Amino acid sequence: MTKPLKSSPHLKSQLTTDQVMRLVIFACIPAALLMYQFFGVGVLINLALAIISAVTAETAIVALRGRSILAALRDNSAILTAVLLGLALPAYCSWWIPVVGSVIAIVIAKQLFGGLGANPFNPAMVGYVVLLISFPVEMSQWIGAREFTDGSPGLDAILSNASIDAWTMATPLDAVRNLQGITYNELVASDPQLSAGIIGSKPFEAINFAFLLGGLYLLKRRIFTWHAPVAMLVSLFVISLLFWSGSGSDTNGSPMFHLFSGATMMGAFFIITDPVSGCTSRRGRLIFGALVGVLVYVIRAWGNYPDAVAFAVLLANLSAPFIDYYTTPRSYGHTSSKIIISSKEDA
Amino acid sequence: MSSPSYGQIGVDGLWRNNPALVQLLGLCPLLAVTGSVVNALGLGLATLVVLTCSNIVVSIFRNYASDAIRLPAFVMIIATFTTCAQLVMQAFTYELYLILGIFIPLIVTNCAILGRADAFASKNNVIRSAWDGISMGTGFLLVLLVLGACREILAEGKLFTNMSLLFGDAASTWEIQVFSTDYPGFLVAALPPGAFIITGFLIALKQYIDGVIERAQPSEAVIKGSKRVRTTGDIA
Repeated sequence: MTKPLKSSPHLKSQLTTDQVMRLVIFACIPAALLMYQFFGVGVLINLALAIISAVTAETAIVALRGRSILAALRDNSAILTAVLLGLALPAYCSWWIPVVGSVIAIVIAKQLFGGLGANPFNPAMVGYVVLLISFPVEMSQWIGAREFTDGSPGLDAILSNASIDAWTMATPLDAVRNLQGITYNELVASDPQLSAGIIGSKPFEAINFAFLLGGLYLLKRRIFTWHAPVAMLVSLFVISLLFWSGSGSDTNGSPMFHLFSGATMMGAFFIITDPVSGCTSRRGRLIFGALVGVLVYVIRAWGNYPDAVAFAVLLANLSAPFIDYYTTPRSYGHTSSKIIISSKEDA
Repeated sequence: MSSPSYGQIGVDGLWRNNPALVQLLGLCPLLAVTGSVVNALGLGLATLVVLTCSNIVVSIFRNYASDAIRLPAFVMIIATFTTCAQLVMQAFTYELYLILGIFIPLIVTNCAILGRADAFASKNNVIRSAWDGISMGTGFLLVLLVLGACREILAEGKLFTNMSLLFGDAASTWEIQVFSTDYPGFLVAALPPGAFIITGFLIALKQYIDGVIERAQPSEAVIKGSKRVRTTGDIA
């Protein structure tokens, strides 16, 4: 008998790690399809390259560590990391960008820290940040959505590593940060991506909605609790409302613009809900999410990088153990959580 | 106290007790200035000179400085030699002096130097202390060089750029193009995080080599028979 003993067949067992990872990957599909619709086949190439190199890197490093390769590959976590990283990269970047990013994410950010469950930082975000600070030019060349440019670069453009300058456009976040003497309304009038949208730019708000839908599905399946995403979105909304100075040339963008630009929804539902690098207690998750929201706004408004979610998540990851330490829930029978901590230290 | 042999002191400084890879001392300059080989060489040489000279002087005065004031006295001695090194660099390699900046006076606070003064020079005679300073300083210098080379190759795809800062105009042609000129440059290697990561890999490499050496050596012959007193069975 290899089947485990089950005592209550009417009870549904909890999802296993590989099932959770697979569900999260499935929840990314709507956003991936939308990105394909807007940016063309480059998105799918990024995803494929990222997945292939992540799985290869995982196999190699797990073999080096002398662990079971099959067990490591079967939990789908390398694929999920690669999917999240691939979706964060600009389409039609050079082929080695997703490869280098996935290898760093898997080898350095995950396995060198001890593998899945022991990594203090979100691997996909580490890979993204290393790429962003190493290759700032490549990483900020987002091409405009197909319908606003003359088509999109074909396969030959990628294979020949030709310059894709002809198709690149400033992302809305970049454009708003670098308003040079024109008001927000003038920018909207001059930028086809922004003017086509309802609250921001058409491609990015649609992609954010797709991530929001995927995230709500995961929430319904109880893959994660609502605390971290809600805290992040609320804190981002509140702080961008506080610092919103209308639509003059010094504007930092409206609250709704921030909620549906860049990687906000992807970060809120797919990145900070990572059970490994985030907080574990409910109160802790609220603080963790709020911290990410504030940091996202601070880095977007007063920083120099195209988006802020990755940096914000890494900074919050760093403080997660600290937050967890002070938000340990009171266990039944004890008057405060402090007792648990001190008795643990005594033991 | 039995003094270690000269060979042992050399092996300790260069490999077994290397200040950068094993003691993990002096990491601040190690990580901050190893962006290129020439910076690493400049700071490594300055550290080597200061370490050797301060070891000699500390060893001379080892019997006159009382325990209570020995650390301030050692720091004064180290600071003296650091100032000398700084003035020499300012006079002869002014551009490199400007690049290294604050990290030359900061040699005073390099724990590796104070550590050797207190742990070795204050307990051993002058010649041994000088030899210890040379081997420890060389061990530190070599790690700086390897780290500088790795970071320079990864970040810029070149090796030995700007060597003329240290060796005069004759060295201006030493630059080697390791990767092709359209190598994009892995910028993170030039930044402090890259230095940390590469240092980690160097430490791992050292431990791996140690493991290989240990396994290659014939293990000590197992003494047959039990050492416990036995009343039954045969005793070999």
